[in-house]
Amino acid sequence: MSVKPASSNRPLSPFMIGPYYKPQLTSMLSITHRLTGLALAFGTIFIAAWVTAAATSPEAYAQFAWAANSIIGKLLLIAYTWALVYHLCNGIRHLFWDTGRGFALKSAYASGYAVVGASVVLTAVIWVAAYL
Amino acid sequence: MSLRSPLSQARGLGSAKDGVGHWWMQRMTAIALIPLSLWFVFSLVRFPLLDHATMVAWIHAPLVAVALVLFFLAMFYHAALGVQVVIEDYVGNEGVKLVSIVVTKLALFAFGAAAIFAVLKIAFGA
Ligand code: HEM
Repeated sequence: MSVKPASSNRPLSPFMIGPYYKPQLTSMLSITHRLTGLALAFGTIFIAAWVTAAATSPEAYAQFAWAANSIIGKLLLIAYTWALVYHLCNGIRHLFWDTGRGFALKSAYASGYAVVGASVVLTAVIWVAAYL
Repeated sequence: MSLRSPLSQARGLGSAKDGVGHWWMQRMTAIALIPLSLWFVFSLVRFPLLDHATMVAWIHAPLVAVALVLFFLAMFYHAALGVQVVIEDYVGNEGVKLVSIVVTKLALFAFGAAAIFAVLKIAFGA
């Protein structure tokens, strides 16, 4: 009686992208929203460490500042900035979709390209401004 | 082999838990995070906050402390809701799924509490 449904060996999301499902801009941006969301969630640990160090002592804070100013710290901060700006811009795209608009293929692609461009430009602007 | 019908096995596993509330709070926190995260990045760019005295003086301003607390509330809540969805989508085993969700949520709330407490401690003068 109880036959295992054939669905059990179908490819599972997100592993259908590539072998079974052609990657397109829209699906790539969608998975990137998810990945940046996870990265930002992981980044909350560092934000908590940052303010906790400040509340602990000037010495603890100096240590945190040293790590943040190191090459690896800077690279992580730049990556974090891009992840935040991308997720912010694409999040606004999501919220716009939630109103039921913007789903036509042409507009979904236009907003997608806008998000990619804005995320790169804003990240560059933020880091240039930080050094002015 | 289970004698339970496929329908009875599916019952209670599907939706109709608190999906709408979850969805709604993900959007509410997302909307709150638009101005809050922009303000946060702007502040980091504008002030040399890696200097301890500057950082403490910055948080001493009541509006800054309130904005930081709001930012942290929205961010940790939004992160907890978001990570839950990702786990639900990819983790098939019910037990592993439950444990992963409980652990990430408790961890995120603990980090959130620590971050908010640190802001209040500085704001109230330590
Ligand atoms: C600042 C820290 C932030 C963190 C840690 C974070 C984290 C996350 C995570 C983990 C998800 C789940 C991803 C998924 O289901 O695929 C998510 C989804 C979402 N985020 Fe964020 N996020 C942040 C900021 C923002 C901001 C500023 C916005 C602004 C609009 C935003 C808008 C959204 C939206 C609309 C969704 C739902 C997307 C969907 O329906 O798939 N997030 N976020």
